[in-house]
Amino acid sequence: MDFLRPASWEEALAAKAEHPTAVPIAGGTDVMVEINFDHRRPEYLLDLNRIGELREWEVGADTVRLGASVPYTQIMENLRAELPGLALASHTVASPQIRNRGGVGGNLGTASPAGDAHPALLAADCEVEAESVRGSRLIPIDAFYTGVKRNALAPDELIRAVHIKKADGPQQYSKVGTRNAMVIAVCAFGIALHPETRTVRTGIGSAAPTPIRAKAAEEFLNAALDEGGFWDSKKIITPSIAKQFAELASGAANPIDDVRGTASYRRHAVGIMARRTLGWTWESYRGKGRSTEGVA
Amino acid sequence: MRVNFTVNGRQQEADDVWEGESLLYVLRERMGLPGSKNACEQGECGSCTVRLDGVPVCSCLVAAGQVEGREVTTVEGLADYARQREEHGGCASGACGTSLQEAQQWRANPAKGATDSQTGEVGGGNPAAALSPIQQAFIDAGAVQCGFCTPGLLIAADEMLERNPQPTDADIREALSGNLCRCTGYEKILDAVRLAAARQDRQGLQEGAV
Repeated sequence: MDFLRPASWEEALAAKAEHPTAVPIAGGTDVMVEINFDHRRPEYLLDLNRIGELREWEVGADTVRLGASVPYTQIMENLRAELPGLALASHTVASPQIRNRGGVGGNLGTASPAGDAHPALLAADCEVEAESVRGSRLIPIDAFYTGVKRNALAPDELIRAVHIKKADGPQQYSKVGTRNAMVIAVCAFGIALHPETRTVRTGIGSAAPTPIRAKAAEEFLNAALDEGGFWDSKKIITPSIAKQFAELASGAANPIDDVRGTASYRRHAVGIMARRTLGWTWESYRGKGRSTEGVA
Repeated sequence: MRVNFTVNGRQQEADDVWEGESLLYVLRERMGLPGSKNACEQGECGSCTVRLDGVPVCSCLVAAGQVEGREVTTVEGLADYARQREEHGGCASGACGTSLQEAQQWRANPAKGATDSQTGEVGGGNPAAALSPIQQAFIDAGAVQCGFCTPGLLIAADEMLERNPQPTDADIREALSGNLCRCTGYEKILDAVRLAAARQDRQGLQEGAV
């Protein structure tokens, strides 16, 4: 094994081009476990800790460019207003020790369906900034997850940042697990209201081979809210609409039985979380609901 | 490979480090500092918690090569770290710290007059090896049983009190949520942190009054 320690982003890209099999390591949450347990012996480890710009973020007019290694702790503390869904999701990641080192780049790189950030990223809408010596490109999040623990990155590419749409309305995140801390999601659900476009986006975690959106549920809800004039009237969402939304979200899930939960439980729980988080965000949109402080 | 980094305020060098080795392994097996405990090796239990550039992390999830040029504080250096913070608001580089030999031989030296529950020894109050306030609070509150989780909890709790001197119970629970204890049921650990916070608060008030 070789340990590559690029001191700059350019050096990192050059190293990845020269050694496409090199495994990038930043927070170590996934990579070190695999090495500690002898599940993986990469030929090269590519340390990204020395690249300061990966830990920086820029708040623009419409998006936040979030460096791949910005620790979850920093997202929780500094970006709650711009990225409320991701801040809530970040708070459910493991423990303070892990949140101090892990970032969104790791979740995306590993592309596990259970990664806590995915449902929030899908709901908010974002693009992944991937770069190689050949150039830089933005991959829409909807095209990023390509299979179980597979993503759209080319072998010579590294994740530089994620460009996440700033919240234009309430966002929520919910995760089922056996305790508050140190839990891999049994399943998770993210929702974002986008009043500017009068749309709702969702994200489901741990209930399909990849993180997914509940697109049929979104389309149904978008039409129902539009037809009923809900965005203008801000009236309470009819229970039948919420129920239908929940059922469609549940139907979008394609889970498996495993040690953490059964497929049928996951399907059921996704529906419950969809209905609840819709209620929370809608109450917030109406100006009477819970804020995103301190929940999740 | 060779890794140069600061451990408990002193420059150290580890040789023949395997590229896939964890910081925890380097500390325990190469530096002779077994205070950071090795249990789950997957970031679940917090027994290996150390501070990396001041931030609590699981040392089992840090690749050794990632600490090149950085600062690590382990439980063996916690007493000195806390004293420097108290006296100088931090450590001027090179002016303080715990040598590798001191750290390797570190043992609890209770405050003057305090009785060791195991040996019955009365502490001599040697200031150089005195306990940090959080360590003393863990002893006084009975928060230590088998002791395996204690080093990680001490590091995590001390860092929280540094950041948040008057924590609520929810703050304490959250700060310690990454540290597992299988003996105590956590109640006495919470008591210990509350005790340390109250003592810190009282001391602050007294200093403020002078």
